[in-house]
Amino acid sequence: MSGTFVGMPGFPPRFPVAARSALEDSQLRSNLRHATHTIRDKRGRVVAEVADWEELRVAGAAIKDEVLTHLDHYLVELEESLTRAGAQVHWARDAAEANRIVTSLVRATGAEEVVKVKSMATQEIGLNEALEEAGIDAWETDLAELIVQLGHDQPSHILVPAIHRNRAEIKEIFAREMGKVGEPAPDDLTAEPRVLAEAARRHLREKFLRARVAISGANFAVASTGTLVVVESEGNGRMCLTLPQTLISVVGIEKIVPTPTDLDVFLQLLPRSSTGERMNPYTSTWTGVTPGDGPQEVHVVLLDNGRTDALADTVGRQALRCIRCSACLNVCPVYERVGGHAYGSVYPGPIGAVLNPLIRGTASAVDRSLPYASSLCGACFDACPVRIDIPELLVHLRARVVDEKRAGHGRFRPSGEELAMRAGSWLFSDSDRWESAQRASQLGGRMLGGKLLGERDTLGRIPGLAAWSDARDAPVPPTETFRSWWKKHEQHDKEPEQ
Amino acid sequence: MRVALFATCFNDTMWPETPKAVVRLLERLGCTVEFPLGQTCCGQMFTNTGYLREALPLVERFADVFESYHAVVAPSGSCVGSVRHQHAMIARSCGRPTLADRVANGSRKVHELSEFLVDVLGVTDVGASFPHRVTYHPTCHSLRMLRVGDKPLQLLRAVRGIDLVELPGAEECCGFGGTFAVKNADTSVAMGADKVSNVRASGAEVVVAGDNSCLAHIGGLLHRQRSGVRVMHLAEVLASTEDDVAKEMAR
Repeated sequence: MSGTFVGMPGFPPRFPVAARSALEDSQLRSNLRHATHTIRDKRGRVVAEVADWEELRVAGAAIKDEVLTHLDHYLVELEESLTRAGAQVHWARDAAEANRIVTSLVRATGAEEVVKVKSMATQEIGLNEALEEAGIDAWETDLAELIVQLGHDQPSHILVPAIHRNRAEIKEIFAREMGKVGEPAPDDLTAEPRVLAEAARRHLREKFLRARVAISGANFAVASTGTLVVVESEGNGRMCLTLPQTLISVVGIEKIVPTPTDLDVFLQLLPRSSTGERMNPYTSTWTGVTPGDGPQEVHVVLLDNGRTDALADTVGRQALRCIRCSACLNVCPVYERVGGHAYGSVYPGPIGAVLNPLIRGTASAVDRSLPYASSLCGACFDACPVRIDIPELLVHLRARVVDEKRAGHGRFRPSGEELAMRAGSWLFSDSDRWESAQRASQLGGRMLGGKLLGERDTLGRIPGLAAWSDARDAPVPPTETFRSWWKKHEQHDKEPEQ
Repeated sequence: MRVALFATCFNDTMWPETPKAVVRLLERLGCTVEFPLGQTCCGQMFTNTGYLREALPLVERFADVFESYHAVVAPSGSCVGSVRHQHAMIARSCGRPTLADRVANGSRKVHELSEFLVDVLGVTDVGASFPHRVTYHPTCHSLRMLRVGDKPLQLLRAVRGIDLVELPGAEECCGFGGTFAVKNADTSVAMGADKVSNVRASGAEVVVAGDNSCLAHIGGLLHRQRSGVRVMHLAEVLASTEDDVAKEMAR
């Protein structure tokens, strides 16, 4: 159904196809393994320190559920609070509308460039590309986003968008690209983290001091006061939020918390879950305009872009609790092997596998494949600070994909998979039928394990079953099922002792 | 104690030694085991592939077959997880609220083997003997759906002669994941390859788990590598006695 755009142009391939090329890249595999395990271990340590972590998770989920249940009320309250504080509120139904609003706001200032705070919402709507088309340069100022932007790359992680890059690759990108768009990297640039960070600082400082317009997202929006909150590590966000004259924030409508007190819960949950820190270095809050201090023109664009579609799904709506911490990515065994690009969206990993089909719909091949991009191991649910039951959502969305395919059968015949599932269900619906099918398996076992094939107990590559047998041997079916054995066993028990 | 055995369709057909071991073990511990012949499959494969409509008759059949028992035991964390955490959802999604209430109620007495032994029977030393170097892989559904915790390890630690060695990265998924193993075969094998290298690094001769589905995947990879490491279900280790060991030695 929906044509919601989530930040990746073109038609991304199905997950298994995209995954294959990622799996073949051994450098990528090793970068990902190192990075995810490092953050995973760090998170594990700082979460274990908090005695009431589970209560915090429950509280976080409850606050978000309260907001989502009464979103109509809280959105109006937020708009009133923001307006009262001197901010101008804009409403965007989708990516195109949000981009139009932001572009015209920037144009009205006469600026030809903007500095950007790391923001998933603006990536989701493809804002940088829209600004570029309008002749406006958008400079990413978060270190990892800068690496992605300079490398003409796509982000592959919510928190650490350049997680797929190692130091040597970053050094190459800085040396090659920085000079093309501003302050070049020094000639003696090395791959040492401190040296790379210093090159980025110098490159960015020029832009911070020049920019008249900044664009941000927000981690939280407090309905009762109109306060927006940005949580970050590097301080680049603080520069963007305080120096320019005009500040435009694109905020998803699910970012609301009712009161400032609710931040107590989230400012504990978010840093520990995302960077594995007890507290993040910079937390910036602003409430509309403060005369003579900071940006004097403050705009807030409230973004739907498919969120109300997710809200309409009574099971799926819990995905809107997400605070974009990316803990689920770092613990996911699939993400660890494949990385973020295969998800075909700025939202990768377990949360992406549910959020993308919920907000974009399941019309595209990649969105239909995402709910299946999981072994349902459940590590994501355990790590989620707002208790999103991602495995439950994955199964729910698989059922939706299947049901939508069935509904399309007016034009197409049922798929081979559906016919097999129907046949399986018919077989299992009657134990006599099932027993007959087992007899065929026993016969197969007797034939395959027989003298003719050298009394084997396992099978190697099996034609037609390449997906299993290319890398895995399969056992030969046994010649007697448990059921047959049981009948004899039970008979034996009933016979009187000799 | 009268106990119904839910063998699971997969074990019944492909791994009969596992439910046989459950029968031997529970009878040794004084239980009266029954195998209701009307049982077939919990429907998990249908549910987790998105075919809830096809799973529904199996949910109803499961309730019909096992409703009269006070305790049901299955040697599979995954199938018990499906019964306890999915059956009511399937009934509800298919517009059968009465069935949903019925199965929500009935599924509480369905136990995975280690839960039944430790929680219901209250034993950790089941009198087993298994003089081999063993490592234990906690399967995802037993760990994170059923929360069996270290119950299987408590049982294994009490086995005579066992040399239990730690599995690095034990709690990470092996990559089986039902139809995931074929729908995303490359990723599944990549996950399995890491699991298998951890198994080999552990130095174990036998990998033990509570689910033969995961073991088929791990064992399939181990066998293809000609590693010589065997896979074995927890039930079979716990059912082994000193007599079995003596018989094996005599062969």
